[in-house]
Amino acid sequence: MKFTWFNLMPWPYLPDDFREKHRSVWVDIPNTLYDPRRGHHVYHTYLDQLEYAETLGFDGIGCNEHHQNGYGLMPSPNLIAATLSRRTSRAALCVIGNSIAGYNPPIRVAEEFAMLDVISGGRLIAGFPVGTSMDTNFCYGQIPALTREKYREAHDMIMKAWASDEPFAFDGKYNQLRWVNCWPKPLQRPHPPIYIPGGGSIETWDFCLDHDYNYSYLSFFGYLRGKSLLDGYWDRVAKRGKDESPYRAAFAQIICVADTDAEAERLYAEHVLYFFNRCLHIFPPFADPPGYRTMATIKFGALAQLMRQKVLENLTWKQLVDERFIIAGSPETVRQQLEECIKGLRIGHLFCLLHNGNMPDWKTRHSTKLFAEKVMPHLRDVWPEWKHDERWWVHPMDDRLRPEERRPGAETSGAEWAR
Amino acid sequence: MKWTVVDTRKGTRCRVLEGGSGAPVVFFHGAGGLLRDNPFLDGLAQRYHVYAPEWPGYGDSTGDELLEDMLDFALHGWDLVDALGLSRPHLAGHSMGGMIAAEMACLAPRDLGKLALASPAGLWMDEHPIPDIFALLPYQLADVLFHDPERGQALLTGGADLSDMEALKEFYLASQRRLAMAGKILFPIPNRRLAKRLYRLRAETLIVWGAGDRLIVPAYAARWAAAIPGARVEPIEGAGHMLPYEQPEAFTRALVGFLG
Repeated sequence: MKFTWFNLMPWPYLPDDFREKHRSVWVDIPNTLYDPRRGHHVYHTYLDQLEYAETLGFDGIGCNEHHQNGYGLMPSPNLIAATLSRRTSRAALCVIGNSIAGYNPPIRVAEEFAMLDVISGGRLIAGFPVGTSMDTNFCYGQIPALTREKYREAHDMIMKAWASDEPFAFDGKYNQLRWVNCWPKPLQRPHPPIYIPGGGSIETWDFCLDHDYNYSYLSFFGYLRGKSLLDGYWDRVAKRGKDESPYRAAFAQIICVADTDAEAERLYAEHVLYFFNRCLHIFPPFADPPGYRTMATIKFGALAQLMRQKVLENLTWKQLVDERFIIAGSPETVRQQLEECIKGLRIGHLFCLLHNGNMPDWKTRHSTKLFAEKVMPHLRDVWPEWKHDERWWVHPMDDRLRPEERRPGAETSGAEWAR
Repeated sequence: MKWTVVDTRKGTRCRVLEGGSGAPVVFFHGAGGLLRDNPFLDGLAQRYHVYAPEWPGYGDSTGDELLEDMLDFALHGWDLVDALGLSRPHLAGHSMGGMIAAEMACLAPRDLGKLALASPAGLWMDEHPIPDIFALLPYQLADVLFHDPERGQALLTGGADLSDMEALKEFYLASQRRLAMAGKILFPIPNRRLAKRLYRLRAETLIVWGAGDRLIVPAYAARWAAAIPGARVEPIEGAGHMLPYEQPEAFTRALVGFLG
C-alpha cells in the first residue's frame, strides 16, 4: 500500500459569512479576499508540511491544479513540485496533475514534467486530469463539448513527445506543431507513471485501461459514496481482461487522527466544517456546463450531480463521520475504517488529505504524525499478493543527489562534469 | 405547419417545421431551440413558405458531432437550403440563429434574398458584457430572456410538469444537449469574429430588437446597424431577448413590412 500526503492548499482566511455573502468559492470568488502578505506565510507553511510528510515516511507528496479557487492555491502545481524537488529526495512527487486541455501548446506540459522528473531524479508521478469544468471551461475558456477531444489530443502529443527519439510533425485539430522535439526528456522510461484523476466520467475508465494508467478517483465524499463508481471501474477492468492489481486505482480520503474519537472532534471539527461549508460552496452551474459531461455519463449518474449541492447543506461533524465522508478518530478507529475503505474500493494508493480547510499547522502535524506512526504501519501490507507490483510507482535513479542536504558554495573546486 | 425531415450532403438529418406558401423564408432558431408553440412562424406562413430547421443537437435532429465551429454551422445552413431545394430564400434568424444567418450571408452574399436578424448574437462590446448563459441556474434563465419572466418561464417549459422526476430528467437532458451544441459557437464569449466579415453583406437587412432585452442589450442593435450600411433597426416594445415569442404579432408585422 502506498500513501501520499496531499495538500489542497486552501485559503484559510475565508470569512465566517462567506457562504451567505458569496455565491461561489470558485471562478468568481472575490479576489479581494486574497492577501498576498498572508499568502507568503500560507505557502511556506503548506510547503513545510509536504516536506515534513516525507520525513515521516509517506511514500509520496502530492499537489494538484485549480484556478480561481478558494481551496486551491496552486494554479501551477508544477511550481510547487519544483520547490519540493529541491527540498526532498525520497518521496514521489505526485502531481495530479496538469489539466492538459487548457495548455497551449501541450508540449509545455511534456517539457515541464520532464524537467521535474530529471531534477527530482525520477520521482515524478504525472497526472493528466481533464480538469473540472470550473477550471477548464469557466476559468480557462475551453468549449465544454470539445474539451474531452482536446484533452485526448493533448495527451497524444505529450506521450508521443516523450516516446519519440526524433523530431516529428503533429497535425492535430487543436494543436499544430511542425517540430515537436521534447527537450529535456523524462528520466523514467518509457515515461513517468501516469495517473488519470477522474471525477465520475465513465469514459475515463476505458481510457485508463487502454493505456494501463492508474485511475484516481478524487472525491471529498468518502468511500461509501465512492464505492459505486469504483465498482463500475473494477467491473470494467474484469470485462477488459486486465489483472486486478489494486495499484490500478487510487482514492483521496479526508483523514483526521487524534488520541481519541472525542479528541478528534474537539481538535478538527471546525476545520473540516470550514472545508465543507466554505471551500465546497460552488455555484452549481459552474460545475456542470452543458457539454462538459457526455450524455452517457449524465445518464449513468442520472440527476445525482444536480442533487449533490443539497447533500452539502447543514452538515455536522457527526454526519460527516457517520456517513464516512471523512475518516476521523483515534488511531484504532481510523485504522479500522481505512482498512474497510482500502479493501472495499480495492485501491493500492491512498491520497491522504490530512490538512483540512483552515487547520493550523500544529494540528496538521499532530494528525499527520499520529497517522504515520500509528495507522500507516498497520496498513502497509493489505495487498500481500501484489507486493512486488511497481507498475504504477516511481523508479528513481539510485545515484540521485540530495539537494536538501547540500549548501551552495561547498563544492570541490576543479571538479569536472561527470562522464 | 408540419414537421418534415431533410438529409444534408454532409450527413446530418434535420427536422424542419414547414408551412405556408409564397416566397421562401428560412428561419433559424436560437440557442434554446424552437419552443412548443411558435405563433410567429404561423403568422409568417400566412404570407410566405416558411422553413424552420432544427440545428443538429436539437429535438430529433442528428449529426451533432459533425458541426464543431462557426464555419461548420454556417455551411450547414447553406447545406440545408440546398437540401430543401430553395433558391435565394430570405434568411431570418433569432439570437444564435441570427448570428449564423449573418455568417451565411457574409459567406455567400449573392445567394439570399433579404436578411432579417432578431437580436442576433455574434458581436461583443466590452462596455456591455453579455450575461454568461452557461452559468445560470434554471430559474434565472427566464429573468434574463424575457421582458415578462413569469410568462416566459411557462413558454420555456412548454407546459411540462417539472415536479415529475421523469419529465425533469428529460427536460434536463434535452437542454444539456442543446446548449452543449450552442456552446461550440457561443462559449466562452459569443464572438467568432463575425464583425470582420460583415462588410461583405449585400442583402437588404432588417434588425429587430426587444426594447427590454436584458441578455443582449439594445446597444448592440446600434452596433449592428453601424456595421451594416443601410440596415434598418426596429425596436419592439414589451419584449426582451425572446421577442419572437413575447410579441409574435409585432415581430411578424415587422418582418412582413420588410420582406414585402
